[in-house]
Amino acid sequence: MINKAVNNIEEALEGAESNMTFMVGGFGLSGIPENCITALAKKEIFGLTCISNNAGVDDFGLGLLLQRKQIKKMISSYVGENAEFERQMLSGELEVDLIPQGSLAERCRAGGAGIPAFFTPAGYGTEVAEGKEMREYNGKPHILESALTADFAFVKAWKGDAAGNLIFKGTARNFNPLMAMAGKITVAEVEVLVPAGELDPNQIHTAGIFVQRIFQGEKYEKRIEQRTVRTRE
Amino acid sequence: MALDKNQIAQRIAQELQHNTYVNLGIGIPTLVANYIPQGIDIEFQSENGVLGMGPFPFEGEEDPDMINAGKQTITTMPGAALFDSATSFAMIRGQHVQLTVLGAMEVSENGDIANWKIPGKMVKGMGGAMDLVASADNIIVAMMHTNRAGESKILKECTLPITGVNCIKKVVTNLAVLEVTKDGLKLLERAPEVSVEEIIAATEVELIIEGNIPIMQI
Repeated sequence: MINKAVNNIEEALEGAESNMTFMVGGFGLSGIPENCITALAKKEIFGLTCISNNAGVDDFGLGLLLQRKQIKKMISSYVGENAEFERQMLSGELEVDLIPQGSLAERCRAGGAGIPAFFTPAGYGTEVAEGKEMREYNGKPHILESALTADFAFVKAWKGDAAGNLIFKGTARNFNPLMAMAGKITVAEVEVLVPAGELDPNQIHTAGIFVQRIFQGEKYEKRIEQRTVRTRE
Repeated sequence: MALDKNQIAQRIAQELQHNTYVNLGIGIPTLVANYIPQGIDIEFQSENGVLGMGPFPFEGEEDPDMINAGKQTITTMPGAALFDSATSFAMIRGQHVQLTVLGAMEVSENGDIANWKIPGKMVKGMGGAMDLVASADNIIVAMMHTNRAGESKILKECTLPITGVNCIKKVVTNLAVLEVTKDGLKLLERAPEVSVEEIIAATEVELIIEGNIPIMQI
């Protein structure tokens, strides 16, 4: 067993510097690496490129880094629900690269899987296709999308073991397994960290080989963005 | 009488085919799940990573780890499956999801759709919409026929940045059901108490109108 467990969040974030590229897992506020983001928002590091499907909300998730103007560029698919983000983008302070969600997921997966680029039909004929190579397959136009990698990938799982193996829960899985593959240093934070041997190998979603550092998060707020319920009849 | 949002959803639900996988977008499309006809089995896919999506949870049973692509809390049905975002879009791009229903700001007569950006004003992003419209076999748009200023959202060409070209198959609005054909937009049905003349007046493009236009069954 190769031990990936680190003692605290400081060790987990060691080497994170200004002007680096960070992948940050999660969809909306579900499955985001809360502890890593909160710790990054206290560090004096700036000029970051963040690859994340969303940009959090004003006072939670990546919104915390935006408030402190730590992010120079965002690569995302959907950035609504964040007033500060919209303000920085429309004023030109923040560089934003919006790309289709499926292309974002696949670009992360490809980055981790050693595939430098792939053709996809998504975005053909739109702004997304500008400057990209186009090719027809089976009579249908496709555009060339390149892989994404990052200096650090911050991901969040439900359970993990000291070997770095991860199990996700519900729809909090989303981008986390893909970003875990694509980080030079992947930091996984988990709700429950157990010794190696306690997780069933059949149930592992992300194998420990993709994770360099793992720790149990101190606390989880797990905020709900759109609380929707039905009434009991 | 023009339809309300729930009635638009109700009309779209009549398009659902038995034993199919369906992706519903945010807004009116989400409401389609409330009107699945008797005897039709559907599994709903949400692109953040769930197949077999169920209704909203009862109060007190919300789970932050269980949401749909609109970030709303949801439940799962028996037989549901959970997966990562790359697998989710493999289902979409690989055409394993048979029907996509989504909203639009504009559609054009050749089946283009615009629904992700208003330059200089609103930039929320395309989310999964570009992947969905580029791949789904059947795409139905649910929207109001005109914008708040009363102008047609059905245009010769979209004026807003487009989400996909030549991709939508049908448009269901508060006034009409329209089909995208190679010759243009064909008027299939009209809302109760809405005349063909009213639909023509509210639509920028010339519609193909053949014979008597039936009234939507709501």
